[in-house]
Amino acid sequence: MSTLSALPAMPMSVQLINLMASLMLLIAFAMLAQRRIRSLIYLFAWQGAVLAVNCLIVAWYTGHGELYLSAFFTVLLKVIALPLVLHYLIRKLDIQWDVETLINIPTTMLAGIVLVVFAFNLALPISQLAGTITRGTLGIAIAVVLLAFLMMITRRKAVPQVIGFLAMENGLFFAATSATYGMPMVVELGILLDVLMGVLILGIFFFHVREAFDSLDLKHMEKLKESGE
Amino acid sequence: MLTHIAAFLSQLTQTLLVVLIAPLMLGWLNQCRAWLQNRSGPSVLQPYRVLLKLFDKDALLAHNASVLFRSAPYVQFGCMVLAASVVPIIETNLLFAPAADVIALVGVFALARVFSALAAMDVGTSFGSLGARREMLVASLSEPALLMVFFTPLLIVQSSSLNVIVDTLAHREFALYPSLAFAAVAFIMVLLAENARIPIDNPATHLELTMIHEALILEYSGRHLALIEWAHAIKFTTYCAIGIALFVPWGIAQAGAWWLMPGAVVVLIVKLGFIGVGLALLETVSAKLRIFRAPEFLGMAFLFAALGMLTRLLLGA
Repeated sequence: MSTLSALPAMPMSVQLINLMASLMLLIAFAMLAQRRIRSLIYLFAWQGAVLAVNCLIVAWYTGHGELYLSAFFTVLLKVIALPLVLHYLIRKLDIQWDVETLINIPTTMLAGIVLVVFAFNLALPISQLAGTITRGTLGIAIAVVLLAFLMMITRRKAVPQVIGFLAMENGLFFAATSATYGMPMVVELGILLDVLMGVLILGIFFFHVREAFDSLDLKHMEKLKESGE
Repeated sequence: MLTHIAAFLSQLTQTLLVVLIAPLMLGWLNQCRAWLQNRSGPSVLQPYRVLLKLFDKDALLAHNASVLFRSAPYVQFGCMVLAASVVPIIETNLLFAPAADVIALVGVFALARVFSALAAMDVGTSFGSLGARREMLVASLSEPALLMVFFTPLLIVQSSSLNVIVDTLAHREFALYPSLAFAAVAFIMVLLAENARIPIDNPATHLELTMIHEALILEYSGRHLALIEWAHAIKFTTYCAIGIALFVPWGIAQAGAWWLMPGAVVVLIVKLGFIGVGLALLETVSAKLRIFRAPEFLGMAFLFAALGMLTRLLLGA
């Protein structure tokens, strides 16, 4: 059985972290393909949950106590609070309809695959320098950030763009966990608070956008001048 | 010499087993669907009765049917039997295995498909050409996805022979392979598309606007039709066998371990039974897609397969 040597056994911790990383990537692609706002919010909550579980795994295997805390805050904010706020918003705005995409979904997917390859090549030299057990996932983390960015580019409605922004933050958080076992607690708390405030402010902003343009489609905002008088 | 005889016997048993249980597999799938839809379906032996009835009938040919039309059923049947012979299902000691690795296997399926499409266009009816075009549309999208699915286990095992893949995957120590999970999802999607199952084609309809597989074989009758239907059943069972070999290979006996073979047969039947239930469930909860949504469905399959390969390359997982 000489072929068995082709299967180097990785430690369980790395296997679990890799599983979480692939789930992150899968959810990022699912968000890219999802047309409905409501399902998009569920996917965002799932992404937060995967992030929290990943945090717990890293905390367990490396013994970094403050990562437990950040896993706790992730659950609190990204799995419970933000999805609740977003659900409340789309109910109030009465927008549970289909999301439009600018280019069709298969093309977006192919662009996504190219982004993943690009992200991995970008991360390769960095992750070779790193000594953390999670270094292999840095490429995935950058890919998640880029995919969320792609989602923001291809969507025209305001709410999916905000979810794209939040997913990008998830990717950054994942990158921080995989590259350096998390950011300093003060920075992390600051970012979390910023994101929460950002969503609350954008929520108010949505109502004003709709009042001014009668729609949440951002193409109306491209017109600079009042027209039709 | 003795090993050659053993390999020959093992090969013969496995090929005959797949060829003979293929109609039963379709019957079991139909039975499960009937249960899930709250009706009493036909007996699981119904496909055998249909085959017997068709073999008994005269084959009618159109006046302008060429040799191609008459030979296509035999080519298809031969291709499927060959495909069934290279997939290890109960033992990995296969005589034919060097004849085709997984990539050549895709080619064998493609050869059968080309012949069925050509034969459908041969008589010149509009339904035949319509079916052929649709079949080719689906095939052109599902084939790259299928190849991508195969690349993930290929990268893990570093061999393209199904025997080696099964040997290695079945006897490794336990490890999580997210890449294989992605590939498995993609494989199920390709399996449904390639075998004319529900999201892409409805096997139970003769409604001309939606049919693909039925449109291809509309002009056939008698023994030709029987061979094509049988080949179709073998193709379906072979796909299930490939799925088992790549993703749940536990229980397949190692080469030469003939005393493990009865156990392997039982394991195989249990696995096929579960696959039947699972596919029936999938087909019951999903609706048939519009033909123009098929590229999106298969695009997703390709994406999953590519993701599997990427996670394998990027994470080594």
